[in-house]
Amino acid sequence: MTGTFLLEQALNGLQYGLMLFLLAAGLTIVFGVMDMINLAHGSLYMAGAFLAAWLAPLLGSFWLALGGAVVLTAAGAMVLERTLLRSLYRRDHLSQVLATFALILILNDAVRMVFGNDRPLSAPAGLDGPVALPFGLHYPAWRLVIIGVGLALAAALYVLVQKTRVGAWVRAGASDRDMSTAMGVNVPSLFTAVFGLGAALCAVAGALLAPLLAVQVGMGENILIPAFVVVVIGGIGSIRGALVGALLVGVVDTLGRTLLQQVLREGLPPQWASAAGPALASVAVYVLMAAVLVWRPQGLLPVRGR
Amino acid sequence: MTPARVATFLLLVAAVALPWLLRAAGWDFYLSLASRILIAAVAATSLNLLLGYAGMVSLGHAAFVGLGSYVGGVLLSEGQQALWAHLLALVVVVGVAALVIGAISLRTRGVYFIMITLAFAQMLFYLANSLKGYGGDEGLRVRPRVLLPGGADLRDGTTLYLVALAVLVACVWALARFARSRAGLAVRAMRDDELRAEAVGLPTFRWKLAVFVVSGLVAGVAGLLSVNLQGYVSPNNLHWTQSGTLLVMVILGGAGRLWGGIAGAAVLLLLEELLSSQTQYWAFWVGWVLLAVVLFARQGLAGLFDRRRP
Repeated sequence: MTGTFLLEQALNGLQYGLMLFLLAAGLTIVFGVMDMINLAHGSLYMAGAFLAAWLAPLLGSFWLALGGAVVLTAAGAMVLERTLLRSLYRRDHLSQVLATFALILILNDAVRMVFGNDRPLSAPAGLDGPVALPFGLHYPAWRLVIIGVGLALAAALYVLVQKTRVGAWVRAGASDRDMSTAMGVNVPSLFTAVFGLGAALCAVAGALLAPLLAVQVGMGENILIPAFVVVVIGGIGSIRGALVGALLVGVVDTLGRTLLQQVLREGLPPQWASAAGPALASVAVYVLMAAVLVWRPQGLLPVRGR
Repeated sequence: MTPARVATFLLLVAAVALPWLLRAAGWDFYLSLASRILIAAVAATSLNLLLGYAGMVSLGHAAFVGLGSYVGGVLLSEGQQALWAHLLALVVVVGVAALVIGAISLRTRGVYFIMITLAFAQMLFYLANSLKGYGGDEGLRVRPRVLLPGGADLRDGTTLYLVALAVLVACVWALARFARSRAGLAVRAMRDDELRAEAVGLPTFRWKLAVFVVSGLVAGVAGLLSVNLQGYVSPNNLHWTQSGTLLVMVILGGAGRLWGGIAGAAVLLLLEELLSSQTQYWAFWVGWVLLAVVLFARQGLAGLFDRRRP
């Protein structure tokens, strides 16, 4: 176990955490401001990935395809918000679970009808190889791009939410929706825009991760739960909490998968270590979440006034 | 007898006669679908107790069903076929799991409760994936042959169907008794206003935990029946989308209504069966039906026939 190895794992954790943050940001606002459980949030991520994979050969450029996927996903999500989700905000959580579960079924099959079960999407030429970093580390260039884009978007989102008037409205909505309505914030319109922004972030994550993972139907359901874990660890409605939670989950998950295996190998017989390692690594994130909830039931950085 | 009782009695007679009716009509294939519906109805009814009667929204209920299946699957693959061993192992494994998960989860409320039950279910899902000796992520195939008292075994389709039916009838009967009992009143009082229930002296935590464990055990029985029907259990039985499907069954049928779990399980599985024989995109149409139910039948299907509040 060397410093190079640790650096590599830390970068992997950062990369995964930043992508989770892009997904969790939209989820936590919908959750916090509208008190709405949106199980179909992962479907937006899937839609973004499929749209990018469809556009890339047509437009001949990964980045144009990414832009197109972002615009189309955001537009589709805003239509969805206006037509269906809006009528669910005032309903109980159970209706929201049923309706958004139904949306998962519909969107999965709709994507399958239009695009098929899976679609390849590779990183732009020149960014698909490794680059040399200090300490003799050769790291995939594409992962560095993901980290760069993730950091830039996280910073932009932070400025938007913490420093601008629109951000103040969103934060006000998260701590008390009725009061902010009374103070003159047009919550419904604000919300359509916020929902579109959340969908755009999902599409970015979907397109960026596509070259690393497979673009396939059902990818939304697998990423949804870690994103929910991030939201709950951070505190529902809190963007800052989502960032902290996402980085924590990213690092714990990555280190769990690599370090834990190594540590166990030193203490246990090899066949035990190779059996227990992956199991413990997969549950590490959920143990983290359960521990946080037992310790701080409102999450690490709860929104004030809730 | 009231008309409702007459209808229930006739329905029960028809359900008992179904295997022979199907055989007479040459539709033997549908017997396993009928068993699948009965087993799903047991699981959904157990979730309905938790959700509809006690107000706890769990998004991890499939974990208990799956755990029950793994108990049966592991014992069968080890050659243990005695019913008492299966039931004992079920009570110990599922009971302890439900007790621990319930005791920790019940410290939280609302959305956080939904998420923490989900987290525990995911832990069990990954644990099942790592059971290399019992199929790992590929699942475990077994030859079902649980011995029942009197020499019958669960390998026979008709026997399995009748056992599943008996379990379901027992569940519904117990739920009906419970709903009318003082305990049922106490639990529903907690669901409607926990603070007030606590103020009048109800030990709410203990009540909720008891309901959670009973509900988990019944779900485990459904899982035990399921592995005997399918001869197969895989980690996917514990995946969160399975828990989502169970929730959908209960909400679709009508949460907090005696027949809600059964109606939801029957309608959803029949709809799936009907549509999947017509189109490979059956889930697409199931989704639209579910959306229509959310938008136009707010109390679920049972609510369409019943104007009373649960």
